[in-house]
Amino acid sequence: MARVVVDVMLKPEILDPQGKAVHDALPRLGFDGIASVRQGKRFELDVEGEVSQQRLEQLCELARTLLSNPVIEDFTVHVAPDTAR
Amino acid sequence: MRIGVVTFPGSLDDVDALRAVRLAAGEAVSLWHGDADLHAVDAVVLPGGFSYGDYLRCGAIARFAPVMGEVVVAAEQGLPVLGICNGFQILCESHLLPGALIRNDHRKFSCRDQRLRVERSTTAWTAAYEPGQQIVIPLKNGEGGYVADGTTLAMLEAEGRVVLRYVGGNPNGSVAAIAGISNARGNVVGVMPHPEHAVEELCGPSTDGLGFFTSVLARALAG
Repeated sequence: MARVVVDVMLKPEILDPQGKAVHDALPRLGFDGIASVRQGKRFELDVEGEVSQQRLEQLCELARTLLSNPVIEDFTVHVAPDTAR
Repeated sequence: MRIGVVTFPGSLDDVDALRAVRLAAGEAVSLWHGDADLHAVDAVVLPGGFSYGDYLRCGAIARFAPVMGEVVVAAEQGLPVLGICNGFQILCESHLLPGALIRNDHRKFSCRDQRLRVERSTTAWTAAYEPGQQIVIPLKNGEGGYVADGTTLAMLEAEGRVVLRYVGGNPNGSVAAIAGISNARGNVVGVMPHPEHAVEELCGPSTDGLGFFTSVLARALAG
């Protein structure tokens, strides 16, 4: 069983009010020097069998159609180290 | 004329939409998300609410409901489809309408009686209005900020596909104060404010919303 990780982030030009809310809370907690915060989503897919190139392409398609909205978000897909067998 | 209203798990305004259809003298038909059948309706309303708890992204999971496959095919063939609030989000996720809706820029849920200008009165759902007419109907959303890339925006403006625009302040950070858009053909319309909540004097700021439902009924009679 391999773990495939999909990270989804809002495109840089899209406003991220949640990230801004987190950023606004930092000075209150004494964390200085952080210029900005962007919030994204991480999906962990436990994949049965071998993660072949073809399988990975299918998972990219999954990321494109369901896990992200290409209009407002970018995504990356990678196999978590030590899980690819 | 039969107007179907889809109920998804988490739909909130489906009953109000059915009632608005009846007040406009249409036959209201309940459609179920899990039933891949439009039951021969002449138009479809995707109502407001929080389908699938707004998990993942608003409308992202509803887009793949069995009924939506039928809605997408029928819409591409010209069936009038109106998406209200969450329904608008579902239409964008389904790629029946361009762009997307993101969290309000001020991070608060907006709930108010909203003044709007009807920019296009040649759609299936807005023919009852005069171009430029101002209406007041309720608006209530947390993720109502309309966004699209520059090319898409220019296309929407050039083709006159902005259907509604906010007047008197932008309540959610939508680009160009866009409150509603249509597809090129004008049969698919998505709006963030709620016309189904402004159909009776007793419980709404106006009856300005009724025109959406009478428009599609008049179109069917004429057609």
